[in-house]
Amino acid sequence: MDGITPAAGRRILPAGPGKVVGRGVARIEDGPLLRGEGRFAADVNFSRQLHMRVVRAELAHARLLRVDASAARAMPGVVAVWTAEDVAEIPPIPFRATKVRGLEPYCQPVLARDRLRYVGEPVAVVFAEDAYRAEDAAEMVVVEAEELPVLLDATAPPAEFASGLDTEPTVVRKEYGEVGAAFRAAHAVIELELSVGRHSGVPLETRGAIARYDASSDVLELHGTAKKQHWNRDEIARLLGRPPNGVHLFEGHVGGGFGVRGELYPEDLLVCAAALRLRRSIKWIEDRREHFVATNHSREQHHRIRAAVDAEGRLLAIDDVFFHDQGAYVRTHGARVADLAAGMLPGPYRLPAYRVAGHFRLTNKTPAATYRAPGRFETTFVRERLMDAVANRLGLDPVEVRRRNLVAAAEMPFARPLDTLGTDIILDSGDYEGLLDKALARFGWDAMQEELAARRATGECVGAGLAFFVEKSGLGPSDGVRVSIDATGAVELVSGAASVGQGVETVLAQICAEALGVDYARIRVVRGRTDRIEFGNGAHASRVTVMSGSATWEAALAVREMALETAGTLLQLSPSELTIAEGVVCRADGPAGPSVTLAEVARRMGPNAPEMRGRTPGLTAERWFWSDHMVYPYGVHLAQLRIDRGTGAVTVERYLVANDIGRAINPVLVEGQIRGGFAQGLGGALFEEFRYDPQGQPLSTTFADYLIPTIAEMPVVDVLIAEDAPSPLNPLGVKGAGEGGTNAVGAAVAAAVDDALRRPGAVTSLPILPAQVRRMLDGAA
Amino acid sequence: MSDAMHDFTLTVNGQAYAIRVEARRTLADALREDCGLTGTHLGCEHGVCGACTVLMDGQPVRACLLFAVQAEGRAIRTVEGLAEGGALNPLQRAFAENHALQCGYCTPGFLMLGTAILETDPSISDEALVEALSSNLCRCTGYANIARAIRAAADAMSTEGAT
Amino acid sequence: MKPAPFRYHAPRTEAEALSLLAALAPEEGRVIAGGQSLVPAMALRIARPSHLVDINNVAGFDRLAVEDGWLRVGPLVRHAALGEGAVPGPLGRLLEAVRGHIAHLPIRTRGTVCGSLANADPASEWCLLATTLGARFHARSLRGERVIEADAFFGGFMTTALAPDEILVELRLPVLSDAARTGFHEFSRRAGDFAQAAALAVLELREGVIAAPRLGLGAVEDRPRRLREAEALLAGRAPSEALFHEAAATARTGLVPMDEDPYRLDLAETVIRRALSAAAGMPAP
Repeated sequence: MDGITPAAGRRILPAGPGKVVGRGVARIEDGPLLRGEGRFAADVNFSRQLHMRVVRAELAHARLLRVDASAARAMPGVVAVWTAEDVAEIPPIPFRATKVRGLEPYCQPVLARDRLRYVGEPVAVVFAEDAYRAEDAAEMVVVEAEELPVLLDATAPPAEFASGLDTEPTVVRKEYGEVGAAFRAAHAVIELELSVGRHSGVPLETRGAIARYDASSDVLELHGTAKKQHWNRDEIARLLGRPPNGVHLFEGHVGGGFGVRGELYPEDLLVCAAALRLRRSIKWIEDRREHFVATNHSREQHHRIRAAVDAEGRLLAIDDVFFHDQGAYVRTHGARVADLAAGMLPGPYRLPAYRVAGHFRLTNKTPAATYRAPGRFETTFVRERLMDAVANRLGLDPVEVRRRNLVAAAEMPFARPLDTLGTDIILDSGDYEGLLDKALARFGWDAMQEELAARRATGECVGAGLAFFVEKSGLGPSDGVRVSIDATGAVELVSGAASVGQGVETVLAQICAEALGVDYARIRVVRGRTDRIEFGNGAHASRVTVMSGSATWEAALAVREMALETAGTLLQLSPSELTIAEGVVCRADGPAGPSVTLAEVARRMGPNAPEMRGRTPGLTAERWFWSDHMVYPYGVHLAQLRIDRGTGAVTVERYLVANDIGRAINPVLVEGQIRGGFAQGLGGALFEEFRYDPQGQPLSTTFADYLIPTIAEMPVVDVLIAEDAPSPLNPLGVKGAGEGGTNAVGAAVAAAVDDALRRPGAVTSLPILPAQVRRMLDGAA
Repeated sequence: MSDAMHDFTLTVNGQAYAIRVEARRTLADALREDCGLTGTHLGCEHGVCGACTVLMDGQPVRACLLFAVQAEGRAIRTVEGLAEGGALNPLQRAFAENHALQCGYCTPGFLMLGTAILETDPSISDEALVEALSSNLCRCTGYANIARAIRAAADAMSTEGAT
Repeated sequence: MKPAPFRYHAPRTEAEALSLLAALAPEEGRVIAGGQSLVPAMALRIARPSHLVDINNVAGFDRLAVEDGWLRVGPLVRHAALGEGAVPGPLGRLLEAVRGHIAHLPIRTRGTVCGSLANADPASEWCLLATTLGARFHARSLRGERVIEADAFFGGFMTTALAPDEILVELRLPVLSDAARTGFHEFSRRAGDFAQAAALAVLELREGVIAAPRLGLGAVEDRPRRLREAEALLAGRAPSEALFHEAAATARTGLVPMDEDPYRLDLAETVIRRALSAAAGMPAP
């Protein structure tokens, strides 16, 4: 058993477009969203609900002396005001499974106890009859605190976090091969210092949480949830001292997740605790200014990387030391992003020796965690900057340097002596160089170089760059799906997955329809509800199509088998002679002959049917899919851009994302994922940044300061979806498509800016700001 | 500072809603909380993201930058008024057919902005369309399909108009 | 981000509006017109007026007319209305071009020209235009009417010469001669964002040399500024890239930017050169 070869007897989705799979069919989600009938968090209302408003720290680091809520409590419409004393029994917010020990003291309390550690930290909460009054009262809560020195630079020496603890909770270390020997034997050693700015997912819908306690059934409900309902249910239950079966989480529509939404935050616990204690439904809707300081940040890292190469530009070893700016607390992800960065840095290249030390450090900023392509956007920038530097040092073409180092198709599956997220890194399949060639041809790379040269001759400042990336997706260990057909023939699919708006319902329905032979558009897909399925691992890490998709495939095939068997009895034919088309079981060899609808089959399998005596009734099956290894999508980004010499502004003119995802269940949705992911990557490359002043006051707290790309900043983006390397790890051959559009944008844009400036290695940090570019232009002149 | 309540009628999608609100209640909140029309979304409450875009007397406006009292006597149109007898209108259909939405949160704002564009300048140039759409933020789609959908709806409507 | 409470007043006549404001100004009463800057500030609770006098229903405040060589812009003229439809010729074309840089379509349909001027954001395009063209500001209160010249209107960062009880009842822009040539250029990080630097040039070319030049810069200092030294340098000279370079460099030396980043001064030079080139009909440098 190598963990890669598929289990015998598993039915594999045949290659090529199927009846529904592999086709860009319309989404089943769209109707209510287009009519204004969606149900986002703020759309959830219960009678007699109270509105919660959070009082947040206004100092980045301070000793908390006193919180005086008396004036707020006296205001009209205010029902309660809580400070840390009122929630003393609620433990700090935990993190999910991690191999890293010793992080517990760094977890965030739901309300600040004796220290304020970042601007935006919850200090008190007000419960009032309406949102306006809650905000009025929150202003009246007086926070007395004594300022302490702030720490805003993760590369600075660690300071004291608490007595006996410093601000470096852990160092993530990974190593294999003879690193020292490689550097001693190297033809050349290339050293770079590179950094990635602080930015994040910033979905258009802010967070929200609505808790309701139903005393009649002793059930606590939490609405407005996303991503990880089952884990969050278990933790909320544990932290509030209830059995998990007395807590239910519900997911409505979700206005974008991108990694940040659906983690367990202080506000989720506060609304739940208040609903239990105040016996009123509690509604909290984050406002945008809060969002910028309260919801997870991401990305900020500083790398000091060295590479040893031979005379042909082949990597002999990489030695990287990086500093991960975690912000003020360790949140639910633990040290996951630093771990991913350390594990994924080598990317697509053969690397005989590798050593990395990731300093996971706390600062007085909003805590950080995952954001689309976490640890990869950062390390692809670092690694691809390194490859460009290797090319420059040895006088090689950047494309050629990559060719010489890419893992070859014949080497797949390619095991690295590394792990991440607790799984061994085994690149499951891929033809990296093949995709590189396709991408270069599609972009017209060589012809473009001539065009760019001609434009430069007329004085234009134009350039092009590329970056290769490897993604990871399909994190296990398990997910389950139950497919049922009721007595009217209606199909329902209940999944432990969640949706963050990416089209989960449509994709699972397509897979289900393909296996079952029904209309995908009429399948009801249930997700994100703990009351409908006991377990689930949610929607993150580009895992839904791989894990829940595979479980859907197997559950739907099981239902199909059951239906054929029952229909065979009814029609007096062997199941092998039958098929299902448009919800009707009929002869496989032609439309003529006897048939029976799935509705009739389901009725025959009902609890009162004599045939079912002694058997579990229902045309329904639940199947689970397990995976010990992630799958590794990969791709290449190509950018062409121009620089305005007068302003330093960078305009991306043309862009290609080539991404092999093994198998596209819905190519239109995959393209949508890639285009949208690109837009976020472009934000991180050129526009988005959480800035702080020297006192730790956040400067990016409105949409006028935190610059998300608009349509006017978007270039023409071409998308090449490749299916050359289906994953052997699942019956569908799929790999996740959620993050490849984002992953390499910073790297490719940086390379193109260097090229336009004619200054290799000029870009050392993201985002690339016009003022910096302008200075580089002056330097070049 | 107390704030007197204001009683008045909001006209939304041709229907009258008698409401009683404080002066400080934004039009967006009044639509959502007092009229029950939650299709208009709030993405920033400071006028940048455009998710709350509605039409007032035919003009696109930010519902978060108007107080509800200021909309008395005006004709407001929201996303809930687009579907014709339950059937998606050509612009809504074009959004679905062109995969112009993912999470759908910005969609009502883009639909209303698109409606204004189609009603005032159906043959809008590509450049002007980009300028007009740059008013609203989307975090999921990368925008290309939104522009494509509005263009497709304009084409569909001009074809329908010609027959 | 819900505004703090206030009392709302919606006068129907100018007289009523002026009396309300006279009574309420001492109690933190403010005028609201388009509200596209005021309401966000209220949502952030940076602004917390106790009374709002809403002038949107005041009869006649939407007047927009050309009289005696002046374009007269009433307090309810929206950004979207100020274009070629309001006045033909070079001024109309200039207004149309500048308008396209003001925020976005749904803001332009509601925000007002006079409101922007009274708000006096240093990055405001209308403030730059009014300063450069030498506009006149008509302010009225129960105490009477006075005319404020462009050079005296802007008093610093978001500060004007308007008294709390005064309403800017009219902006007057001089109609440009048919021979006037205009160039406007601004730089912002994204489409529709506040400018980081903006310049406006108005000039005539008589027998190959520059005549009657006006040059203004916005978004760099705490208020828009007319660049008179540069204007003096341009007058009587033949347009050339070198001349515009020199004018921009001259302008730069006298600037006191809001931030200390020399980049802001680089941008100032760039937009000045581009505005001048556009006015002279030369390609953008």
